[in-house]
Amino acid sequence: MKRSKLLLSVLLVACLLMAVGMPAYAAKVIKIGVIGPMKFVQGKGHWNGATMAAEEINAKGGIQVGNEKMKLEVIKVDSNEFLSMTDATNAMELAITRHKVDFLVGGFRTEAVLAMQDIAMDHNKIFIGCGAAHPELCTRVAKDYKRYKYFFRGTPFNSMYLVKVCFIHLATVGGIMKKALGIPKIKVAIVGEKAVWVEPMVAVTKKYLPKLGMELAGIWRPSAVATDATAELSAVQRTGAHIVFTIFSSSVGITFARQAGELKIPAAMVGINVEAQKDGFYEATERMGNYVMTMNTYARGVESNELTKPFVTKYMKKFGEVPTYTADTYTAIVYGLVPTIEQAGTLDADKLVAILENREYKVPAGKVKYSKDAQGRHLHDLTWGPGYLTSLGVQWQDGELKGVWPNRWKAAKGAPEITYKGIVPYKIAPWIIKEYKK
Amino acid sequence: MIADIIISGLINGSVYALLAIGFSLIFGAARIVNLAHTAFYMLASYCIYYATHRLGVHPIPAMLVAIVLVTLIGLICYKLFIDPIREHEAAVLIATIALAMAMQEIMLLIFTGDYLSVPALVRGYLKIFGVKIAYQQLLTFGVALLILAGVWALLKKTRVGLAIRSTAQDREVANLMGMNESRVAMMTMGVSVGLAAFAGAVVVPLKVVDPHMWMYPLIMMMAVVVLGGLGSLKGSFAGAYILGFAESLVVFLIPLGAFLKGSVALSIMIIVLLIRPEGLFGIAFEEER
Repeated sequence: MKRSKLLLSVLLVACLLMAVGMPAYAAKVIKIGVIGPMKFVQGKGHWNGATMAAEEINAKGGIQVGNEKMKLEVIKVDSNEFLSMTDATNAMELAITRHKVDFLVGGFRTEAVLAMQDIAMDHNKIFIGCGAAHPELCTRVAKDYKRYKYFFRGTPFNSMYLVKVCFIHLATVGGIMKKALGIPKIKVAIVGEKAVWVEPMVAVTKKYLPKLGMELAGIWRPSAVATDATAELSAVQRTGAHIVFTIFSSSVGITFARQAGELKIPAAMVGINVEAQKDGFYEATERMGNYVMTMNTYARGVESNELTKPFVTKYMKKFGEVPTYTADTYTAIVYGLVPTIEQAGTLDADKLVAILENREYKVPAGKVKYSKDAQGRHLHDLTWGPGYLTSLGVQWQDGELKGVWPNRWKAAKGAPEITYKGIVPYKIAPWIIKEYKK
Repeated sequence: MIADIIISGLINGSVYALLAIGFSLIFGAARIVNLAHTAFYMLASYCIYYATHRLGVHPIPAMLVAIVLVTLIGLICYKLFIDPIREHEAAVLIATIALAMAMQEIMLLIFTGDYLSVPALVRGYLKIFGVKIAYQQLLTFGVALLILAGVWALLKKTRVGLAIRSTAQDREVANLMGMNESRVAMMTMGVSVGLAAFAGAVVVPLKVVDPHMWMYPLIMMMAVVVLGGLGSLKGSFAGAYILGFAESLVVFLIPLGAFLKGSVALSIMIIVLLIRPEGLFGIAFEEER
């Protein structure tokens, strides 16, 4: 009896020891919260990129943190940010306080990311934004470094650079149309959805068009989820615009492109149309989205550097589609966080920030270097330009999304021409040629 | 520009009219405020998408099947969720909005939040006074007029219509005259949901299919029926075109505020209600009944 009691006590103690020991075992896992609108394509991109990164890293044995190897665990956190800001902030709280994540990647809508950023900063968690473009996200870092230093932009580069790239696309397409159709002065209609990230883009575009030798035909601001754009399209056509400069990240991008294609509106669409960046766009527009051009990060067969092809090929093999920019959670983890942790040999956020903000590293879309503002303050924003990140110009041509820019692009006078591997010439829609060809 | 505004307003108005008529019918006849009305429109859109894109069915049979299927689902929903609480109007409101949310979540689970589309029945466009109009839009316009005529004929020229009207006029007397009031309400619900599904079938090729596509039309439809006078078919029709024109005016006259078109339309509704609380055809509605 005494022996059995002793045995029972030993077993109990062993169980207790195991239970106490479990957290120590669990601590050998690095948890990354992947936050995004998971029921939507943007969130799917976040999640796909992150899972691919985790599988790749864990297959290699994990992350070397000092003397120990730690496995990577990605936690899916649905922000539902398209529908509810409260859901987004709750999701961020949940990720940090309940799932106890060590790092965060993701976010899409600026309005939501600004709020989620504050929560991550309250907890001193490194948060790499992979979706929102508003400059304010990084301006906050410069203005209040102590509080916001844990935020880094992962993708895309900020909306001011987005607009810069779009202007280059605009000038390129305008030049092609002028030359091919003999149009003396290109008229541009700006159509941007009503959203925070669009505001600075519309303002800058309005000012900059005359510098490009173009005329402003008008500005339209439909709702981001407008289900009918025929009135806007009629109005645009009335102005005689040759180009529609689109700034869309939501479903209105499909509505607008589809109805413009159906009505054969004689104006080329150039700018940003996030929906047009996806493989499903052609089907979603019932094949009416042909000739739509948008800036993009990746395209089938286009290589920015030697890392592009392996990433895009692997992603396509795994998920059956070309990665959209939110899938750059892969980049944020594989090329951003992991080497930084390994270099620091610790998970201490302050030490990691100090390393990450000074690193310069290649990623599948170019090269990352975190920038500083005019006063030399850290912005944790991405550097744009040749040799760094430039993005692509892509166009739907006969049902395929082709890379059309950079094509013999000179970043400055006298600078070398840049053409990425796999780029093809831009095509003008036949109904535009029919309308303007003299 | 005037031609643009008129044509665009007529097209927009037709879409709203198609949705509002069914909603107005069930309210007028059975005093049911069915907030899930546009969710049935969404359901029909998904059925058509599924049949055309996943099963490869031609759009016309897909639309017919969707209308029948959604009408059946509507009737089942009525029997299960609305009929038992019909006498409690607030409960019906809550139940139908919950039903709509449930349908949204189910669609979100099955199809995710991806934006989908349905092929147009007729491709191409026509130029009227220099304004390009897609054939599908013209079809919607024509169908809206036909539907109104059909609903009017149903109510005025058939025994079912007579039953619906008399039940709407006085439920108790209708019961005493031997009419099964509950069955009449169910029939009306069937017609109403059928109209929502029909609207979905005709309108969806012009729209993007997503699980939240029922929300904005619900708000606009409510505005239309309140503006026109709750339960009045004539009022709904007039209200739909008023708001359709208001939206077009905003887009053409204040391009920078194009996103405000919904708000402006709703403001018009509020102004009309302040002046005439029963809505535009409130009195006519009483006469109709």
